[in-house]
Amino acid sequence: MPGTPPPLSPRAVVDRYFLEHRAKMLDLASFFDRVQRAHGEGADDFRVKALEACAVVLLDGKPERARRMLELLSDLTTTPINHAPTKGATGACAANLLMNQNPKAQA
Amino acid sequence: MYIDPHVHMVSRTTDDYQRMALAGCVAITEPAFWAGYDRSSPQGFFDYFRQLTDFEPKRAAQYGIRHHTWLCINPKEAEDPVFAREVIALIPQFLKCESVLGIGEIGLNKNSRNELEILDAHLALAAEHNLMVLVHTPHLEDKLKGTILIMDAIRNHARLDPGRVLIDHVEEHTVRHVLDRGFWAGMTLYPDTKVTPQRAVDIFEMHGTERIWINSAGDWGQSDPLAVPKAQVEMKSRGHSLESVKKVSFDNPLAFLSQSGKFRIA
Ligand SMILES: [Zn+2]
Repeated sequence: MPGTPPPLSPRAVVDRYFLEHRAKMLDLASFFDRVQRAHGEGADDFRVKALEACAVVLLDGKPERARRMLELLSDLTTTPINHAPTKGATGACAANLLMNQNPKAQA
Repeated sequence: MYIDPHVHMVSRTTDDYQRMALAGCVAITEPAFWAGYDRSSPQGFFDYFRQLTDFEPKRAAQYGIRHHTWLCINPKEAEDPVFAREVIALIPQFLKCESVLGIGEIGLNKNSRNELEILDAHLALAAEHNLMVLVHTPHLEDKLKGTILIMDAIRNHARLDPGRVLIDHVEEHTVRHVLDRGFWAGMTLYPDTKVTPQRAVDIFEMHGTERIWINSAGDWGQSDPLAVPKAQVEMKSRGHSLESVKKVSFDNPLAFLSQSGKFRIA
């Protein structure tokens, strides 16, 4: 299915969205700082590790970063689980971090 | 003018209907959903189905909005299959209601065996009555796996045409899988989870505007009943044609939903 490229130039995209995403980048930095400054359990939380893995994708210069990050954050097993332990989801998958490299997350 | 094809108005105020009407909403479809707590009896679902088929259409009509619905028990309540089957048995008596478009939103939540069993029971009901299907895909880390399991389960029912099934809540990692298998895809516009209006427009730019729609999925959680018109503004302000904006927010939902023979905008 053909898509249509954004009708804006790269410069126009940056002009339009830069300040919003500058703020989001600073939010992310201060979130990592906040976790680091906090005391007690959870310093090695898998969700923080998952975001660190996403940051690598952010900087690799290859396309479809959003898709590849979502795959990094996904349960990549393929068979149903026996019983739902809870109704909720955490947003990251601890098992993925054990994999040295996730082939499905490559561009 | 727009259609919001997935919004849980039982959780919203009448003021929201008014604001949606002012923003150009002419029709909505409301899938049956989890109340935020497990209902304690099938009778609780019977009353919910009456609310969806009788009370909400009247409330919407006050603002010139056509209300339609989809019935099911949500996958979040499928871990007790005996209970779930009692609820499914209530659905056929509502199918003759003029605003019931089909079965939904069915699907998976944690991708468990019981959820799959109840998904299959819903699909069998849809196949038996030749009904359209609206599918909920799981949240966050469970979405990719659940989307594939759901599509495989649907393919086991040869009588269900993928062109009459919409797989909702797609994101960048699931949209291609859904469209490539011939299903319709829905994007839900949420502030934190699912997609923002900006990412939805990015997905249109990358994957096109065929067989895809946008919805607010406004409910009792953090959500925005005006998300669809906000995505229209995002699309227009990037320079996309009015024709493309209308296609994703009006023409596409109209084309998909009209296959039910019951969908009306006036
Ligand atoms: Zn919903």
